[in-house]
Amino acid sequence: MGNVIGIGASPKRKEDQRFLTGRGNYVSDIKRPGMTAGVFVRSPHGHAMLRGVDKSAALASPGVIAVLTGEDAAADKLGSLPCGWGISDAKGVPMKEPPFPMLAQGKVRFVGDMVAFVIAETPAQASAAAELLTVDYEVLPSVVGVLEAVRPGAPQLFDDVPNNICCDWELGDKAAVETAFRKAAHVAKLSLVNNRLIGNPMEPRAAIAEYEPGTDRFTLWTTSQFPHVVRLLMGALVLNIPQHKLRVVAPDVGGGFGVKQFHYGEEAVITWAAKRVMRPIKWVASRSEGYVSDRHGRDHVTEAELALDETGKFLAFRVNTLANMGGYLSTFGPNIPTNLYGPLLGGVYTTPAIYCNVKVVFTNTVPVDAYRGAGRPEATFVLERIVDVAAAEMGIDRVEIRRRNMIPKEAYPYQTPVLVQYDSGDPMGCLDGALVAADVKNFGIRKAESARRGKFRGLGYSTYVEACGLAPSRFAGRLGARGGLYESATVRVHPTGQVTVMIGTHNHGQGHETTFAQIVSEKLGVAFDNVDIVFGDTDRVQFGMGTYGSRSLVVGGAALSKATDKVVAKGKKIAAHLLEAAEVDIQFEAGKFSVAGTDRAKTFEEIAGAAYVPHDYPLEVLEPGLEEQAYYDPVNFTYPGGCHIAEVEVDPETGTVTLVNYTAVDDVGTVINPMIVEGQLHGGIVQGVGQALYENAVYDEGSGQLLSGSLMDYCMPRADHMPMMKIATHSTLCTHTPMGVKGCGEVGTIGSPAAIINAVVDALSHLGVTHVDMPATPNRIWRLLQNASLPVAAE
Amino acid sequence: MQISFTLNGRPTTVDAEPATLVAELLRERLNLTGTHIGCDTSQCGACVVHLNGLPVKSCTLLAPALDGATLLTIEGLQGVPGSNQMHPMQEAFREHHGLQCGFCTPGMLMTAVALATEKPDLTEADVRHGLEGNICRCTGYQNIVVSVMAGAVAMNAAKGE
Repeated sequence: MGNVIGIGASPKRKEDQRFLTGRGNYVSDIKRPGMTAGVFVRSPHGHAMLRGVDKSAALASPGVIAVLTGEDAAADKLGSLPCGWGISDAKGVPMKEPPFPMLAQGKVRFVGDMVAFVIAETPAQASAAAELLTVDYEVLPSVVGVLEAVRPGAPQLFDDVPNNICCDWELGDKAAVETAFRKAAHVAKLSLVNNRLIGNPMEPRAAIAEYEPGTDRFTLWTTSQFPHVVRLLMGALVLNIPQHKLRVVAPDVGGGFGVKQFHYGEEAVITWAAKRVMRPIKWVASRSEGYVSDRHGRDHVTEAELALDETGKFLAFRVNTLANMGGYLSTFGPNIPTNLYGPLLGGVYTTPAIYCNVKVVFTNTVPVDAYRGAGRPEATFVLERIVDVAAAEMGIDRVEIRRRNMIPKEAYPYQTPVLVQYDSGDPMGCLDGALVAADVKNFGIRKAESARRGKFRGLGYSTYVEACGLAPSRFAGRLGARGGLYESATVRVHPTGQVTVMIGTHNHGQGHETTFAQIVSEKLGVAFDNVDIVFGDTDRVQFGMGTYGSRSLVVGGAALSKATDKVVAKGKKIAAHLLEAAEVDIQFEAGKFSVAGTDRAKTFEEIAGAAYVPHDYPLEVLEPGLEEQAYYDPVNFTYPGGCHIAEVEVDPETGTVTLVNYTAVDDVGTVINPMIVEGQLHGGIVQGVGQALYENAVYDEGSGQLLSGSLMDYCMPRADHMPMMKIATHSTLCTHTPMGVKGCGEVGTIGSPAAIINAVVDALSHLGVTHVDMPATPNRIWRLLQNASLPVAAE
Repeated sequence: MQISFTLNGRPTTVDAEPATLVAELLRERLNLTGTHIGCDTSQCGACVVHLNGLPVKSCTLLAPALDGATLLTIEGLQGVPGSNQMHPMQEAFREHHGLQCGFCTPGMLMTAVALATEKPDLTEADVRHGLEGNICRCTGYQNIVVSVMAGAVAMNAAKGE
């Protein structure tokens, strides 16, 4: 039967058995009887008029069943892919929201834009036929960079979006910031680029769709982080399929990182096509296809200014950003560089006045949306970089300037000037812990040792905070969310006392099957082995918003906690009847319902049995069964944060940056499973290392071609890029989530890029280097060193 | 063409087009979907299997290369052949949280077993270098490295028994 394994323990993961033995069930592993193969024909041009598609040769190719284009979709009156957020400018004018057809109509706007879907008996036949499709393009000049896209005379993506600007968004008190800048003793300025990234979950996207004429039902298996949202958006807004006739299943999913939290056109096309051909269809993206169709992340150009008084206290912060949206608005697109960016510009500091302007810009690139951290890594990077710039210019130690401006622990809850109110935190405690863990006091010795080997060693700090647990629905609604962002859980107690949980979040690596079982085991006193977690199937799970924004434990776990409370409350009623006591006298502890002050008790199993076999039961006042459902809407975001310290060594001969030490002390609130939290931090940090040192999605300006279009051109972090990281937690409890949890999925990715680049700049500061853009590749560093004053020898 | 080989300890004969990739043959024809395909440039390593005891990327191997050979896939990796017992390397990955989403895991395990077989006294640097051809996006590699080192020790201990 096993034991109770509760909060704070690190049991081995329930999900591991199937993954370790090759028995996972990913979408591409699934086969359906009579299944056909689908291949998408995508635009090879960044920008072109679509003059026509000649299907005849493709249709005549062996094994071909159908070829579908945007014209067919228009004839069937299918909807546009919806955007889940509607932001507005300062005057309240809504963003420009051009239609996003699932198959291009009239024009293509990025390399990878879908033009046709070819269905054949086998993948090879579908690919061969796709080559025979004749598409008549009239190629137009492309614009891929945000600076170029807003220039007069730039190619225009849409007739009714002047200057390619989707929205000119702002936040904060502009006048107060201007006043503060006039009084400043010093103003630090920084121009930077936040590099464009491609999420690259190891499992490429895939989908299978099937239509059953006997029941008029559709089933879509898809690599999604939020199957219920796909069902809602696709069924209600794109394909006009009633919700009860549409099942969406997201089985084992091989990593997401945001890339799989959008409703993609491929999902709609394949579902629509399955009914047209009356056969199941499977599509599996190749990695290269993913590069030109998975939503990209980041891609900002920013000018920032920090006003300080003579003691180094921050007076005001002003940020102007151009954010790339790509060719269309994706599901969360416009929300990321605005609502998830501006409100984080306060960081862990007491800066009294902040103003942020973001111009959200269309370009001929893949649509840009959330990628792990989503907006918050960009905000942290701007802030933590300019703090270092200010410290250097004013001659103040980088740790000292942070201390002078940090929000003290006792000042929480703390209202920032940019909407958010932090409920709890202790940034100084995280900083102090990290300084010790990173052995900062002996850094000088290590630097001298590096210098003896001709290497430049640098140390970099990032003291940061993020907002996660998306999201308090009312707050999100005011910011432009077109739906609530609560979560739901059902706890089904079986007659023999085992438990099945149906939850609306989605597990694709985070270990939910283990963490959520620990919560149930602790709260109901049932054995950990007797709890199973079900997710990812709209026919089995009531509803749910899915997994993104470090929300699963914070919002889903809270719903689960609430549902277990309801189970206990119902159990008490049953126990009161069976034990002939008043309900108020029933206590529940360690899996037992007992009458206070007596030895009369019933086990959880006995109560479960009685609930389902109610032969001796007051049916007129008490319903049978022991299954409870709860929905939870958070009252605020949660605010994990911490201090990351990176130590790098730069080889001046080659420009290579080696990350030699990495220390993170994070405040993630209550830790349910320390092993899993540590794993989330490791992975998050290395994705940040990827952004800082290796990864860059590069487009060619005139043609709109993606130059980093495969794993051979886009450098992902490998095992030998990393040292062993030192990870610790320094937790304060969230004051408004049921268990005090804050979430941990994104902290690593948010905190790390600034720490690494600050370390690189520190290593090169003796040469007059004040900023390095990401990624700090050998090429970029070597060029910097060639232009620097004294690249000959280390000091 | 007819291809005969030993697959996870069992004699197997298939009829396949010569242009069939081994990864495709395993997944589509033999229903062994534990071998994953994560890229199209032989970079990611999710498809690593053992051909005659050596690790190979099955996405770049044509089916005729199997004729007369011995092939081991993740489904055949066991502590004791023919048992349901996990291999010490699989146990080590579970013990040290060496996996998250599970997609790269079969390839990682097959590479790890090969590394530990080739060099029983693996150092951390050996493991990190040896995993160059396997990409993981979830774990940051730290717990994979710890798992492989622990798995290598356990494999040595099992050999000594």
